[in-house]
Amino acid sequence: MKYLSEFRDPEAVEKYLNEIHKTVTQPWTIMEVCGGQTHSLVKNGILSLLPDKVRMVHGPGCPVCVTPLNLIDKAVFLAEEKDVIVCTFGDMIRVPGSKKSLLQAKAEGADIRILYSPLEAVKIAKENPDRQVVFFAVGFETTAPANALSVIHAFREKLDNYSILASHVLVPPAMEAVINDEENIIQAFLAAGHVCTIMGLDEYYPIAEQYEIPVVVTGFEPVDLLQGILMTVKQLEAGEAKLENQYARVVKPKGNPAAQNMIQQVFEIADREWRGIGTIPISGYQVKEAFAEYDATRKFSVNIKKAPECADCIAGQVLKGLKKPFECSQFGKACTPQNPLGAPMVSSEGACAAYYHYAGVADAT
Amino acid sequence: MKANCPMPQLDFDIITLGHGSGGLLTSKLLDSGVFNLLENEYLNEKHDGAVFELVGKTAMTTDSFVISPVFFPGGNIGELAVNGTVNDLAMCGAIPKHISLGLILEEGLKMEELWDILLSVRFACEKAGVQVVTGDTKVVEKGKGDKVFINTTGIGQVHENANIHIDRIKVGDKILVSGQIATHGIGIMSVREGLEFETDIESDTTCLNHTVKKLLDQFGENIHLLRDPTRGGLGTVLTEMAQQAGLGMDILQKNIPLDEQVEGACEMLGLDPLYVANEGVFVAIVSDEVHEAALESLKQDENGINAACIGEVTENHKGQVILKSAIGGKRVIHKLPGEQLPRIC
Repeated sequence: MKYLSEFRDPEAVEKYLNEIHKTVTQPWTIMEVCGGQTHSLVKNGILSLLPDKVRMVHGPGCPVCVTPLNLIDKAVFLAEEKDVIVCTFGDMIRVPGSKKSLLQAKAEGADIRILYSPLEAVKIAKENPDRQVVFFAVGFETTAPANALSVIHAFREKLDNYSILASHVLVPPAMEAVINDEENIIQAFLAAGHVCTIMGLDEYYPIAEQYEIPVVVTGFEPVDLLQGILMTVKQLEAGEAKLENQYARVVKPKGNPAAQNMIQQVFEIADREWRGIGTIPISGYQVKEAFAEYDATRKFSVNIKKAPECADCIAGQVLKGLKKPFECSQFGKACTPQNPLGAPMVSSEGACAAYYHYAGVADAT
Repeated sequence: MKANCPMPQLDFDIITLGHGSGGLLTSKLLDSGVFNLLENEYLNEKHDGAVFELVGKTAMTTDSFVISPVFFPGGNIGELAVNGTVNDLAMCGAIPKHISLGLILEEGLKMEELWDILLSVRFACEKAGVQVVTGDTKVVEKGKGDKVFINTTGIGQVHENANIHIDRIKVGDKILVSGQIATHGIGIMSVREGLEFETDIESDTTCLNHTVKKLLDQFGENIHLLRDPTRGGLGTVLTEMAQQAGLGMDILQKNIPLDEQVEGACEMLGLDPLYVANEGVFVAIVSDEVHEAALESLKQDENGINAACIGEVTENHKGQVILKSAIGGKRVIHKLPGEQLPRIC
């Protein structure tokens, strides 16, 4: 495929792999922050090609995985209300809530629609003026501009039946939470390429400097990932800790100002709860007061008691990179992609699902 | 594709509940449409069922079709319903002979649309060499169906050279795929509400029985197993076979035939083509000795131009399918869990 095949070229992959093998002299633990990177590492079998000394740990960058249980319960509650249509990205519908997932609610008759674009939800709102349309707006900085745009569109078209249930989280505070955890084992980061495409690099210089940790903004194709890993390993071996941009063909230093502008119009930064991790200060977006009527949490009085997480699920430790999925007693037993106990087993970007699909290769070669 | 046959003048243009009543309206519908279009000696009897003779080993299968949308790029539910059952028989090593056609129509369906569907049924039957020998028509209230649901049951005579069974898979067998995967599923998704994207990808629905017959004529018992990877895609079918046979499979990603546009659409939608539905494609597990000749023969067939050998059966990692990625990494292929869900970033 044009524009992609060169980043999947087996010869280039081999070149970078050889260089990584030559460069590494001691064990390093590197976290790839974004779930898209985890997915690509697993899908392409890259983990099986890396030297044993390079240990990849999968980060919290899977928006589906970190969306709080309580918000899923709220989405289910709204979906079960008469005259409400809940729209969501596909991955969200199988995530278990405290009682049920959106998928179960759909099976029981709730009107839940899977969309690829929030603007599609605005269209549905226009077509169904006598019903309330709620878009379950999850994601990192990457999906925030489109979600903000949907609110702007609804505002311009004076729709009074569209709102979003926002669960937007931000990457830099999560990286800091990982580093600040007293059990932290991460020595370097592959930062999330697509998030930086929107936000630029400015937020990441202070992380590399303050915590003296290498941060390499990295893409998602095999060659991208291996080049990013090589750049990281070179820094680690040289005792350096700086910000580098492997994904420069896409990520500009200042990001995408138009997209940032859209985010700023609709959202403001707030404390956010991360499923499995807890509340991280100033780590997410909430809808600004000016757009309160498009904020489903304000629009509908949804008071759902906070339910406890499944006691057997160690998602929090997995999301912080403290435990590998197979260190969980339920992994592959009670918890599978067909019957997930926790969110990282649901999304293909979740570390547990990724490991579930990867498991067994090592002894199968 | 459809046969050329104009719709007769009728005094109704939509299907109503009465058309499923079994009374006058049902007769009108069937006499004007179905019987004329699909006529043959068995159907012309207008009896409750068809009576025919069977000789030798016989295969039977049934399948229901609930596709949405009913009309899609490259076909409609009519030909899909015929091809699906014909292909299931072909995978048993059978020559399809007779099929039944059960129509469940939704009140309000335009007669023009039903006509187009029935034309496609006829066209697909002619191409596959099967006859609709019996059928049934029911109508459900508006909102209780999705235009048309179709059930087809098929009967076929097993090819005299065929010996197809899961137990026949052995270590060293080669895995052939007859064509490009994921084309049907992506063609359908491109017109799904909420997902529409511009593409000229069309479903590859077609009958595979002639292609399979040629293989069996030439290679007989060396064809160990045949499967069409419809729902669940290639990944699910391979895993099922590995688990049932208690053997491993090694697959090479770079050998899996995949159209560039389909690959691009999968990238965009976050789908793994291994789990996208297929129609005009089958998997053949063949003995090592004949695999090159079988592949060559397949490539000569109109349905096998893009055929490829994608891997082999191994005694290692029993019950597991391991894919070697294009860049040389390895991963385990699992069955599709639930519906394939698109990734969101």
